Amino acid sequence: MTQPGTTGLIFNEPELWDKSREGRCGISIPRSDVPRADLDPALTGDAPELPQLSELDVVRHFVRLSQWNFSIDSGMYPLGSCTMKYNPKTNEVQAARKGFAAAHPLAGDEFSQGALKLMYELEQLLGEITGFPAVTLQPAAGAHGEFTGMLMIHAWHAKQGKQRSKILVPDTAHGTNPASASLCGYKSVNIKSGPKGILEPATVAEAMDEDTAGIMITNPNTLGLFEDNIKEVCDIVHAKGGLVYGDGANMNAVMGIIKPGELGIDVLHLNLHKTFSTPHGGGGPGSGPVAVVKDLIPFLPVPRVQKENDTYSFITNCPDSIGRMHTFYGHFGVMVKAFAYILSMGGDGLKRASQLAVLNANYIKESLKTTLDLPYDRPCMHECVFTDKGVQEYHISTMDMAKRLLDYGFHPPTVYFPLVVNAAFMVEPTETESKDDIDQFIEAVKAIVKEAASDPDKLKSAPYLPKVTRLDEVTAARKPCLKG
Amino acid sequence: MKSIEELNFPSDVKYTDDHEWAKVEGDLVSVGISDYAQDQLGEIVFVEMPEIGDSFGQGDEFGSVESVKAVSEIFLPISGEIVEVNSELEDAPELVNTDCYNKGWLVKIKPQDLSEMDSLKDQAAYLEMLKG
Amino acid sequence: MRYLPHTRQDIDQMLAVTGHADLNQLFETIPDSAKTKTELNLPDALSEWDLNAQMEELASQNTACRSYTCLMGAGSYDHHIPAIVPYLISRSEFMTAYTPYQPEVSQGTLQGIYEFQTMITALLGMDIATASHYDGGTALAECALIALRKSKKANKIAVSSLIHPAHRHIMKTYLGPSGYEIVEIPADKNGLTDVAAFKAMDGIAGVAVQSPNFLGNIEDLGSFRACADEKNCLFISSFTEALAHGLLKSPGYFGADLVAGEGQSLGMSKSFGGPGLGLLAGTRKMMRNLPGRFVGKTMDSKGRRGYVLTLATREQHIRREKASSNICSNNGLNAMTAAVYMAAAGKNGIREIARLNHDKAVYLKNMLVGAGFESVYNSAFFNEFVVKAPAGFADKRRELAEKHNLFAGVPLESYYPDMADHYLFCATETVSRQAMDLLAKEVQS
Repeated sequence: MTQPGTTGLIFNEPELWDKSREGRCGISIPRSDVPRADLDPALTGDAPELPQLSELDVVRHFVRLSQWNFSIDSGMYPLGSCTMKYNPKTNEVQAARKGFAAAHPLAGDEFSQGALKLMYELEQLLGEITGFPAVTLQPAAGAHGEFTGMLMIHAWHAKQGKQRSKILVPDTAHGTNPASASLCGYKSVNIKSGPKGILEPATVAEAMDEDTAGIMITNPNTLGLFEDNIKEVCDIVHAKGGLVYGDGANMNAVMGIIKPGELGIDVLHLNLHKTFSTPHGGGGPGSGPVAVVKDLIPFLPVPRVQKENDTYSFITNCPDSIGRMHTFYGHFGVMVKAFAYILSMGGDGLKRASQLAVLNANYIKESLKTTLDLPYDRPCMHECVFTDKGVQEYHISTMDMAKRLLDYGFHPPTVYFPLVVNAAFMVEPTETESKDDIDQFIEAVKAIVKEAASDPDKLKSAPYLPKVTRLDEVTAARKPCLKG
Repeated sequence: MKSIEELNFPSDVKYTDDHEWAKVEGDLVSVGISDYAQDQLGEIVFVEMPEIGDSFGQGDEFGSVESVKAVSEIFLPISGEIVEVNSELEDAPELVNTDCYNKGWLVKIKPQDLSEMDSLKDQAAYLEMLKG
Repeated sequence: MRYLPHTRQDIDQMLAVTGHADLNQLFETIPDSAKTKTELNLPDALSEWDLNAQMEELASQNTACRSYTCLMGAGSYDHHIPAIVPYLISRSEFMTAYTPYQPEVSQGTLQGIYEFQTMITALLGMDIATASHYDGGTALAECALIALRKSKKANKIAVSSLIHPAHRHIMKTYLGPSGYEIVEIPADKNGLTDVAAFKAMDGIAGVAVQSPNFLGNIEDLGSFRACADEKNCLFISSFTEALAHGLLKSPGYFGADLVAGEGQSLGMSKSFGGPGLGLLAGTRKMMRNLPGRFVGKTMDSKGRRGYVLTLATREQHIRREKASSNICSNNGLNAMTAAVYMAAAGKNGIREIARLNHDKAVYLKNMLVGAGFESVYNSAFFNEFVVKAPAGFADKRRELAEKHNLFAGVPLESYYPDMADHYLFCATETVSRQAMDLLAKEVQS
């Protein structure tokens, strides 16, 4: 089978300022039609030392840079926990419509009905998908949503008259979970998952007490396993007066299958840039809506969108609200894309997407479980986690296999996460990868494991085809050079 | 990572369960991390130090040692006041990797109660712990 | 569905490998009691063409669907966006990549963000800048947390009452559970933060001042620096209009320890308030206290120049509950947008655009004062200023929007209750003299 990775002509490109020539300018300066009005020279400084380039200089520079990147549009990107599914192009067209892109956030409700209606309807759609009565779209990313959710839990406990000091966090949690909790002053209590890779009710019961604000659960968890005992765990936490935070980063596995709001979860964040197909942009912008049960509605951030007689407006008069999380209403441009995606898929389409995402992951798990070590051999959800145990005898690590995959033309899976297994190799194919592409990926992994035995040195200095080879991260951290 | 046999554990220092070492030098006690600790962490890129004059109890966290992808807190073997920090590590944190018992020392303290040294492990006891 | 590639035959073959009878059986580990009993009640899937029609219908319910004159700023600014900016940013390789965790195949994002960091330090006169934050308000809240955490004794942060009201509100939300206190520094009669009032405060870990402030006035940052030194607290400077730094002395010039601000003006559309770009910069000394990602320059194993994410030990995925922040995804593509914009504008372009903004704003203020508005402050401003409107302007303003697609200022009363009839106007390089003359004529008659 021919693998996608090959060589091709790319270009060297210096840093911007090396191309700078005094006097060049790459933008069109509008003709002035008003008199010059000089500011007091005591207030003005020198012009900032930005590079001076022509328009074509800038275009070539960034086109060349872009060609050094791997992206979903160029190949399979099976990063576990990241849901790197195809980002539909029509979504970009929708967000770029003048009525949305040029809208000023303070134009006033009556001049912004389209934007308000879109936000209101997206809240309804996400509420239906997750099984919650209310949603805020304000958080700007998943971690921001977590913080929003934890602030609501904090505010709820305060309203009950007694604040609590701890929060339970399973060992499979994303690092953002404990970090978000500590922003609310909660001390994280680590909960170990059981031998099946999921939470045991007994462990939770033992740790849960009346000084514990609740639990943060990712379901499906970061091992790609469904937390079978979720309802029991929720009951245990509720019985002690705690609340359940759901990390919905992995919602792509279960749309139309479960609704977290029906299981006892009280607050759930979603990642529009994962489950709902908006592009990750090399690190954002994301969007992290938060859905809540009825009791938590008063605590949602302001402003909230309200509908009355087919007219939409922002309301801020919510005395129990945690406050504001974003300067305006969140990442509206990202919301438009997710809205377009949901409308394009429909309910059946979303369920189908989850089914196929789970099918793809199980297919990879079954196809590779004799090639790679699989610490938890049970049906998985949208992702599966292997380790490097089988190749350790050749002194080959997960990192070496990951780097070698690049030469085959695949982005590596997530590596060394979750921490609950040693040297994890975490594959999330998503539903938009075809069987053909997945078969190619499987062949590549098999070939690499063979190479590990036959030519381990080759793996240790991989990759060979990208623009650069392995980078010296130690010197980068010891002697940080953060600007040119 | 190396095997225990390949690592160096001098007999003139005492060890903690968290892999720090302490050595009495006149009125002061020098503190660092053991060869095992530096080997586990890998290439060290930064050491976060306390300020001179800070006081800590035995077992208190007084700083951290960082590699590219890990942070490890460091705990003071015995109570005391920080009187000196190894400023060479600012520019050369790798000294902790290459020479952890000498040039790679971390802090010197004025001990509060030197008898706390007795609660630490000697070379044999530390080796026994490592071999488990 | 065109995004789903599986044929019937593919599915059958794959199910044979996984050992399941059908797609539903894949979910056998989920207890039946946990499964939802109802199908998703969502609208039927739309074709691409029906989607276009429906979305255009929604977009057309925003006045912005037609060309309009935007004399509003207040944190979201109307600037020209050169064609190359969206064009380059839409490249798949930038847009559909993840965070650059595998540097060998992410050099495009990494070099671009490194260049962004460099240009932001030049713009703000600071030593280092992070790879971006969500927006100006959240970046500012992070700065407040840094100052409070760093201070061993003080547990208060002094915040100018002329910082963007939403930014102050975010700080309040972020600091809510922490037990830290926010004290507001009042404004003086010139529409500037009252430095004397700040002088009288004690127990302060950091002081935050926005310039140009929310009323558009340029603050005397130097005196806050001096005063912060006396109190041994950190000086945080913030802004909402990044382009102002094309003309004004930088916060770094005045010795700011931390700078937080909004970068939307650097090539991003207003997009109903987001995504914009949170900018966060500091002195070298603050390097390990800053939240979020940094890109650093290094070499590959063959000695070639390359870039990596670095200093990651501050971050949540390593330090977990002890991280400097919980931020993970930032606004990377917006940072790249700003990089393209700044590279295209360059030293002279950004200067010229900034001067034009100031020229237009001065012209607009003169015209409004000539038409019967009252100038409220005599302080210097960049592209925003406050005027008091004659009686009846609220109705006129609505009429201007409805009839002329002209949005005349942001009313200030909801932010400052004693500012009834006061409006914050903004004029940028996009506003024509003709439009400003029309406004003057309309409000006069």
